[in-house]
Amino acid sequence: MITTLLYSLTGMILFGMGLFTLIIHSHPLRKILAVNVMATGVFLILVATAYIPLGQGEIDPVPHAMVLTGIVVSVSVTALALILACRVQETSNLALLKKTKPSQATKEIKA
Amino acid sequence: MIFHAGTPSWVIAPIVLPLIAGLLCFLCNRKTFVIALAAALANFFVACLLIYQLLVFGTMRCYIGGWAPPLGITLRTDGPALLMLLMTAVTGLGVTLYARGYFSHRISDPVRVGRHQRQQRYFWPLWMLMLAGLNGLFLSGDIFNLYVTLELIGISAASLAALSGKPASQRASFRYLLISLLGSLTYLLGVVFLYRSCGVLDLELLRNLAANGLGTRAALALLTVGLLLKTALVPLHFWLPPAHANALAPVSVILSALVVKGSFYLLFRFWFELFAPMVSKSALNFMGILGAIAILWGAIQAMRQHRLKLMVAYSTVSQLGYLFVAFPLSRVAEGAQVWSIVIFMALTHACAKSAMFMAAGSVYLHLGHDRIKDLAGVRASLPITVFAYGIAGVSLMGLPPSGAFIAKWMLLSSSLASSQWWWALVIMAGSLLAMVYVFRVMSQFFVIPEENALKNSTPLSPLLEWPALILALISLSLGLLAPWLLRILSQGGTAFAQIFPGGLP
Repeated sequence: MITTLLYSLTGMILFGMGLFTLIIHSHPLRKILAVNVMATGVFLILVATAYIPLGQGEIDPVPHAMVLTGIVVSVSVTALALILACRVQETSNLALLKKTKPSQATKEIKA
Repeated sequence: MIFHAGTPSWVIAPIVLPLIAGLLCFLCNRKTFVIALAAALANFFVACLLIYQLLVFGTMRCYIGGWAPPLGITLRTDGPALLMLLMTAVTGLGVTLYARGYFSHRISDPVRVGRHQRQQRYFWPLWMLMLAGLNGLFLSGDIFNLYVTLELIGISAASLAALSGKPASQRASFRYLLISLLGSLTYLLGVVFLYRSCGVLDLELLRNLAANGLGTRAALALLTVGLLLKTALVPLHFWLPPAHANALAPVSVILSALVVKGSFYLLFRFWFELFAPMVSKSALNFMGILGAIAILWGAIQAMRQHRLKLMVAYSTVSQLGYLFVAFPLSRVAEGAQVWSIVIFMALTHACAKSAMFMAAGSVYLHLGHDRIKDLAGVRASLPITVFAYGIAGVSLMGLPPSGAFIAKWMLLSSSLASSQWWWALVIMAGSLLAMVYVFRVMSQFFVIPEENALKNSTPLSPLLEWPALILALISLSLGLLAPWLLRILSQGGTAFAQIFPGGLP
């Protein structure tokens, strides 16, 4: 039980961290990574959920199927988001979605 | 009645048909329009057939592959789901025809032919994918399957919004994609919580199992936030106007008329079917207050816009508010007539808003811009489009006999009957503000231009004008069709009590 709880809590923390980064940072790549971290957090909770109902070494296969589907969705969405971010950068010559000073922008990329 | 082997399972067709058509559109270089039109027509006929079956046999459930829940995935039909399906089919048919006219007009323009051909090439498969996702959303009876359809809709919506290729639209669609991802991940987390506390994913089983525990409460909160993000209720609406206004005209129609309805429909199902016993009065009031703010804020922003498409997009924000004002009024009187209010509002808005965006797109093609102050003389050159815009505006304001009038009448009567008069004030103020922003543009259409003002304008094909007019007329006549629609609606799983408590309007 304590294992499940530990994994679930880690998943929640990952979700929260991802959400925080998604809101705070304005660099497109960071945003995409933040969404990925959030997705990983959710998947971790799902995997931990598989441990519960039957207990004693048995696992529930349904959450695994959900995680697999989720990973496929997440990969394809990440690809689409990367393409869009590249396009945004090409067409608008802006490293950032939100307008900030250029010096700040380069600092963000270096960091 | 349970779905039995003798009846052919048409429930799968609305999902499979557009999916196949989308793949074919992607593979074939030519005849993409014919494939898409065939799929849209077939989708419409299947929706009609399903409604007929609903009226004859009652609600149906179809277990895909013969696997019964809790392991298998169910598709089910009931009144509200099929009306949303029909709404999608009718609007989709209009969009398909309009998009054909739109792209052939743009390709006939000698400048940037390559880009316009590329846009058309990618539009059709994405639109078919979107149609499959929407139909899946309305028919699916499994919360994880609903997550997949939400993602399908989100991905195709973001790609469609990026089609126009302008920097502004790409920025808007990137943000749109991130927001929709955030929404669906929050939804997924809600699904995980629900699975953890109940152990099943099927909606029917969940309805019996969902107890008032901490886990289900957290799940409800997460599902609600995720879906509200996608539905763009104020204060989560910030992504909507740029994404909808900067897209190509047929894409704006799809996004504004159909996509936001999908997530709203889901939210409504959760609140009033799955979690109905545990939703508290203060939560309903909270949603109602957000809806009221949305009505007023959206309408005020719509009045302040200088561009026609942005104005129409903000009008969507405002109209979505009415759907949420129905929440606090759901517990009054004895019956839950809230389904009929919401469905009427959604149907009218889908038809009227698609007509309005089509009209705005035609005006843009005709003049080459959509600045509201320079619209003079459009009335003379595009009479059908202006007529369609006017009728759609009348429907949005909620004048009789439009469907929005029925919905607003029911809202007003139930708010006065339960002496919650403040909702009535908000609804009336919203209609008044809608009148202001609709007529502000209308009056510009009728201004007689100076001599050479329209020399750059181009004539439009009938495919660009007639779909808008027909959809606008449908939205206006929805009120007259009310008895039939309510009969379909009453075939649901939940109780739909009496229709007009205060007598007929």
